[in-house]
Amino acid sequence: MSKRKAYYASKIKRAIHMLFYRRHKKPGVKGWELRKALGSDYPKVLKILDDYLKTLDLQVKTVFEEEKPVEKPTLEELDKARFYVTLRGELTPKETKMIGWRIDDLAGLAITIAYIISKKGKAQRKEVEDLLREKLPGWKVGLNIDRYIRYGYLTQDENEQLYLDWRTRAEVDQKALIDLLLTK
Amino acid sequence: MQTKRERSKLGREKLQRIIEMCKSVEDRSLDPFLIDVDGVISTVKEYFPEWKIPDDLNLDAETIHRLASVIKLQSEWVKHRSTSLYTDPFLLEEKLARIAKEDMVEIFTKIWHPIIEFEQISLHSFAESLRYWESLLPLKERWKEFAPEEVETSLATREELIKQQILRDKAFSEELENFWQELKQQVETKGKEGKIRYWDFVGAETYEDTVQRAFMTSFLVTYGYATLEIIPLEEEIFVKPYEKQMAKAGKKQLISIPISVSVKDWLKWKRGELNE
Repeated sequence: MSKRKAYYASKIKRAIHMLFYRRHKKPGVKGWELRKALGSDYPKVLKILDDYLKTLDLQVKTVFEEEKPVEKPTLEELDKARFYVTLRGELTPKETKMIGWRIDDLAGLAITIAYIISKKGKAQRKEVEDLLREKLPGWKVGLNIDRYIRYGYLTQDENEQLYLDWRTRAEVDQKALIDLLLTK
Repeated sequence: MQTKRERSKLGREKLQRIIEMCKSVEDRSLDPFLIDVDGVISTVKEYFPEWKIPDDLNLDAETIHRLASVIKLQSEWVKHRSTSLYTDPFLLEEKLARIAKEDMVEIFTKIWHPIIEFEQISLHSFAESLRYWESLLPLKERWKEFAPEEVETSLATREELIKQQILRDKAFSEELENFWQELKQQVETKGKEGKIRYWDFVGAETYEDTVQRAFMTSFLVTYGYATLEIIPLEEEIFVKPYEKQMAKAGKKQLISIPISVSVKDWLKWKRGELNE
């Protein structure tokens, strides 16, 4: 193995450890943490890792501080961004059970996210509960919303307004969700 | 014709209504374009010359602040409509209400890329934990109980209680009367116009004595032997003794006046810097 290859192989191992194992309360690693551990060429290390993960149907996902994705991020923007490893392709509805989601709960999450997007990023909790109650048992609705908040998909303010939180930004392609919904 | 007072009252009511309206737009996600910004600005302008007191000026500032938040919401609304994420909310709500949950899950699984993470202990951290456990002392050694010291019990004498300052050798009322006489005497010798500066009266050689004198002075005032005269602008407090003990203030509301007797103030008084 050439010196250069060995250099990147060891960096990739280190990046894998950092990205796969949770280091903080929330999963994912901040750009500046990666820079500290891997050096200033960490974006290149992540690019090689992303190519490697493609064969495993996984990807390195970058979530920038700003809600909108940045096309050509600066080093400063990358430092502030959070990096995750996520599934690259699609799950089948049957597979969702393997990761602990019942079909009702997942449909509730999807409806909630889509509704909040339609309301420009914030919606009253009561309105969301009324919407979910049409198809889910009433006793479950509140519990489900609390669960979405606990997992980081949603956040709630003191006026009981719901917003999309970090996990939705990391895991959900919001634009594709709306497009698919409207063409269904 | 409307008097100036009536006009100010009307203006205040109008501003309050504007603030409430802006708040409800913010809190209940209503359409920010419901607010007529030009109309609000002309109302604010119209009544601005009326405002003289700080409360009214605050109200005016709050109205402008709330209006600015609504304008920000209007700008966000325009921005959102121009993005690719914008869809008619009614159309989307309609879809959401009609879609079957199986279809919704099918759509969601197409655009959902869950985060991958492991929860697994490594051999290294396992070995570390074992080493830690080995060096950890048992709880009974870490949380040793200290046996309480045995103390002999016996009856305390009156002299001992006085020594420990639990009892006083004089009755309190007698002591208070003596203190009142001392105040009168000091007003005569050091005071002016039948009163003395608070610190000139309570200040003593030691800080402990000063606190004791401040404590006694508070009782002189509470029981009607003396009163406090406060000049707020000059930050001066005077103690003024009554010739006779005054009866309670009747229906007049009693007020408490906190006076700080800190070491810092006492040192300043000792150096003669307190009333400069």
